Amino acid sequence: MVLLKKLYDWIDERVQLENLVHFLGKKYVPIHRHSIWYYFGGVSLFLFIIQVLTGILLLLYYKSGEELAFESIQFIMSKVQFGWLIRSVHSWTANLFILTAMIHMFSVYFEKSYRKPREITWLTGMLMFFLAMGFGFSGYLLPWNELAFFATKVGTDIAGVVPVIGKPIMVFLRGGEEVTGATLSRFFGFHVAVLPGMFTVLLGIHLILVQRQGMSEPLGVEDAHGTPKKTMPFFPNFLLRDLLFWLIVLNLLAILAVFFPWELGKKADAFASAPAGIKPEWYFLFMFQTLKYIPAQLFIIDGEVFGILLFGVGGLLWTLVPFWDRKSSRGEKNRFINYVGLFIIFYMIVLTILGWIA
Amino acid sequence: MIPNDGMKPVNEDKRDFLKWILSGGLLAFVGSVIYPVLAYLKPPPQGDVEVSSVKACKLNEIEKDSGKIIKFGTKPVILIRTADGQLRAFSATCTHLDCTVQFSKDRGLIWCACHNGKYDLSGRNVSGPPPRPLDEFRVVVQGEDILISKKT
Repeated sequence: MVLLKKLYDWIDERVQLENLVHFLGKKYVPIHRHSIWYYFGGVSLFLFIIQVLTGILLLLYYKSGEELAFESIQFIMSKVQFGWLIRSVHSWTANLFILTAMIHMFSVYFEKSYRKPREITWLTGMLMFFLAMGFGFSGYLLPWNELAFFATKVGTDIAGVVPVIGKPIMVFLRGGEEVTGATLSRFFGFHVAVLPGMFTVLLGIHLILVQRQGMSEPLGVEDAHGTPKKTMPFFPNFLLRDLLFWLIVLNLLAILAVFFPWELGKKADAFASAPAGIKPEWYFLFMFQTLKYIPAQLFIIDGEVFGILLFGVGGLLWTLVPFWDRKSSRGEKNRFINYVGLFIIFYMIVLTILGWIA
Repeated sequence: MIPNDGMKPVNEDKRDFLKWILSGGLLAFVGSVIYPVLAYLKPPPQGDVEVSSVKACKLNEIEKDSGKIIKFGTKPVILIRTADGQLRAFSATCTHLDCTVQFSKDRGLIWCACHNGKYDLSGRNVSGPPPRPLDEFRVVVQGEDILISKKT
């Protein structure tokens, strides 16, 4: 203890920790009936940290390349001690991460926490969400199995459908005209270097903003004048609750990874037909299912072009919601936002189920 | 603005000239840094061996009412033998989103599992999202061998 105190004093003397400690001591989390949603940002952070750690562990044995990737994962899962566990945790965490980030995103949306002055926090969050999908899409290919091979063909081909810029983007992503080992190399680079770098910067901004601006409170709660606001100190009360939730999630992950180990499937073969029942990951399923319903020709444009424009414009409007929802920024109720959000959730759930049972 | 009292009058022409030189130079510098990077991102064209004809398999290796995927250079081609024994070949790349199609015996169709695209046994897109028919290849039987070649 004396040593720790000495170390603290040594650092404090040089970088003045006093302010930081003071700040943490003064940090409060509002308590109201929507407080539960505050935990989903934190748990997403926790899952991201797990991804970084298990990702580094996988890197110790993973080999990129058409002739090596599938075999190296087989090796990890069958020969390396607890390799099956690490890989399974990495795959499950990826899915839970998307799920918790989605819950976090929708809760922020319905509480209108993106409203002024938190537009930048929302934007960085949305960008991280898109990066998370990029992580999912690029990581999915790395085992170089049959499902991943066709998922990548379809996904990159969809990018190629975009007028004018689509084709160069597709060639850039694939590292050529076709999905080959060159694609695998590129995706590997994106997955372990490019995306983590970008994500870390955005995460830093996101977290600094949350610290600086404090927790957002839902509009209805802010309105309640007269009654003193209930709060909880962040340190240690809220942090301990956070940690408890993280512990529960870690246990859930362990159960999933052990009892439902992630499969590897069959090795990719460029000269095999796409297998029956092929599906993308669940978070792409609603878009995938929509593509199935859009006819080949719609008015004068190709069905795919229509689909991708639809999701592109939808995603853009969603990302820019702080800028067109003026009412919430003025502190007024905006029911329209709720209807849009509910419709999107309903649409996603219905199409995901349809895609699942198809 | 720097105060200019009692100093030489500013030569605007000279100033403009320097502005152009400096900003032009900066632009050229940025360009010469970015161009190689962008060019690097573009994968070089692979020396694709142009295949015009391949030996698919022996006649007795493909049963009636079945299909198989054949390597045609770097591209997959689907060879089909109909129930009445006719041989046909089409590009196996779905015209929708680049998946590889298969012969579906129970549907009597060429089927793409990715988005449920369907083509009849003449390669015409009959249902689902595919926008175009499959490209047809020429099939020639030479003795026991089945040869597939590009249609010209």
